[in-house]
Amino acid sequence: MTSLYTLTDLSKGYTRGKESITIFEELTMTIPEGDFMAIMGPSGSGKTTLLNLLGGIDRPTSGSVECQGVRVDKLSEGKLAKWRSQNVGFIFQFYNLMPTLTAAQNVELPLLLTGLSGKQRKERVATALDIVGLADRKGHRPRQLSGGQQQRVAIARAIVADPKVLLCDEPTGDLDRKSADEILETLQLLNTDLGKTIVMVTHDPSAAKYARRELHLDKGRFVEQVQEPAQ
Amino acid sequence: MFKQTSAITLMNLRSLPQRAGMSLATVLSIALVVGVLLGFLAMANGFQKTIDGTGSEDVAVILRGGSQFELNSVLSADQFRIIETAPGIAADADGQPLVSAELYVVVDGIKKDLGTEANLPMRGVGLQAPSLRGQFELTAGRMFEPGSNEIIVGEAVLDAFEGFALNQTIRLGTNDWQVVGLFSTGGTVFESELWADIGVVQNLYQRGSSLQSIRARLTSPDAITELEAFADNDPRINELDIFNEQEFYASQSGTLTTVINAVGWPLAIIMAIGAFAGAWNAMYSSVDARMREIATLRAIGFSGGAAAMGTLIESLVLAAVGGLLGAVGTYLLFNGASASTLGSGFTQVVFAFAVTGDSILAGMIMAVMIGFLGGIVPAIRSAYVPLLTVHRSE
Ligand SMILES: Nc1ncnc2c1ncn2[C@@H]1O[C@H](COP(=O)(O)OP(=O)(O)OP(=O)(O)O)[C@@H](O)[C@H]1O
Ligand SMILES: [Mg+2]
Repeated sequence: MTSLYTLTDLSKGYTRGKESITIFEELTMTIPEGDFMAIMGPSGSGKTTLLNLLGGIDRPTSGSVECQGVRVDKLSEGKLAKWRSQNVGFIFQFYNLMPTLTAAQNVELPLLLTGLSGKQRKERVATALDIVGLADRKGHRPRQLSGGQQQRVAIARAIVADPKVLLCDEPTGDLDRKSADEILETLQLLNTDLGKTIVMVTHDPSAAKYARRELHLDKGRFVEQVQEPAQ
Repeated sequence: MFKQTSAITLMNLRSLPQRAGMSLATVLSIALVVGVLLGFLAMANGFQKTIDGTGSEDVAVILRGGSQFELNSVLSADQFRIIETAPGIAADADGQPLVSAELYVVVDGIKKDLGTEANLPMRGVGLQAPSLRGQFELTAGRMFEPGSNEIIVGEAVLDAFEGFALNQTIRLGTNDWQVVGLFSTGGTVFESELWADIGVVQNLYQRGSSLQSIRARLTSPDAITELEAFADNDPRINELDIFNEQEFYASQSGTLTTVINAVGWPLAIIMAIGAFAGAWNAMYSSVDARMREIATLRAIGFSGGAAAMGTLIESLVLAAVGGLLGAVGTYLLFNGASASTLGSGFTQVVFAFAVTGDSILAGMIMAVMIGFLGGIVPAIRSAYVPLLTVHRSE
């Protein structure tokens, strides 16, 4: 398996006044293409921080984040924004949809950064909504959708520009069991059928079972557990 | 960039109802600024228009030296008789020189709108006076009969003051006057006057045979130099000031127009500062309310510049809507509405508010500037929303 991400001696800390806190230090690991990795660990252990570094919305204190030969941590703000738009799909705990836009308009957002025509965008949006099973809800606004449905719209938005990797921060953290399972099944499908590499932060051990492997982040160190996919 | 910016702008504008109170306050405060500015400008423009239309190039106004206004001037009947013989003065069909001796007194009228007393000019004139006003026209009734207590009334006076209808008798001071005619002079200041026989006015106001001003129709605008030379060289005439009538009124209007502008602009600018603070505040909270959305768009790959433009355009749109509202409001409320004010001669000049294209443009520029200045810092702020705000739970 070729590796998608290579993290080398990755450290992240914050200085607040004279105090400095280290969240993790000198992490080294690779994430292979096609992986579905669940990151678990106690609150404050740095899971979200790691995801931010992978997604290029935060920068490490030292060390490197390399993705397919690109030093993500070295990119300028403008290049980084472009890199994000082409390589990463984000899925957040609270969906982060634009409340005034319809489902279709929300899904279309990443395509506005491409050169696609209006017609092409429409087709791509329809396909993405179809994949998450919400083709019939394209005209609804977030407020008219359940939490699970909103998260599906967010997934459609994350995949519409066809990025290589999906970064999910507690994607089911705000959902009931049934909706959560549906979301996780969808993610699993995206991994197995569409070959998306997925890194998912979760607190929920049963959610982690959907992944190919679990990684426990604790006190700045990784402990890995490999497992067979559930079901 | 265009697609990004328009998407963000559309989103911002669509979310305005969620910030209705503050957005509305911004729009209204900007509308008020523009309204006040336009109101003052309309007043200045209207006044200017009335004064500018008054006075002909080929009429000379003759006053006692140094008196500046008709009210301050005193001339004698002898001086008038000498001026009648001066060169450069045109003659009527019968060969009589076109010269008018005039005496100007102030009476109190009751204004229709407020019911308050206001000064009205009553001009004592001879029968030559109409031929010294280019657009004079008797619109009803007839000319006064010399030697009688009859007046003819300017149409602006009829509109703005009580009791001047045709054939009515009106008491002004201690005298009763019969309204026998109405006249117009094509919108000039003379329409704000009452005209009566000069002999009667001299008599009732104990002026003997004195007058205040002489108007003379010149053979050409340049003939004023001949008249001046004649007046300078004739030892029987004391020093006189001779003005081209058009310049005479233009210089009088200058002062009041300056006053209106000097109050109007500063007031509008002070209010604009208030509106600017309001716009700033509104845009600040608009950005505040959308922090997570902006961060999410940035995480997706939208540029900070597009986020900033979206905020700035929102602010400009609010300002433009406010500006239009103020302009339309002022136009509907004031344009053509008549007002009267103290002319430089300390009497009421009735004029129409004129909301002009230029002043609407000035108002809109002011509105857009408020929008720009109020929006620019929040816009910059929205370009620098920390990306990690994406994780915030609203
Ligand atoms: N901007 C910041 N300044 C200072 N400290 C920060 C900042 N952001 C995060 N931290 C700290 O970094 C640590 C890791 O935070 P992070 O959000 O990555 O944890 P997490 O594992 O995702 O926790 P949770 O499970 O609660 O989401 C925490 O101790 C947090 O307080
Ligand atoms: Mg977290």
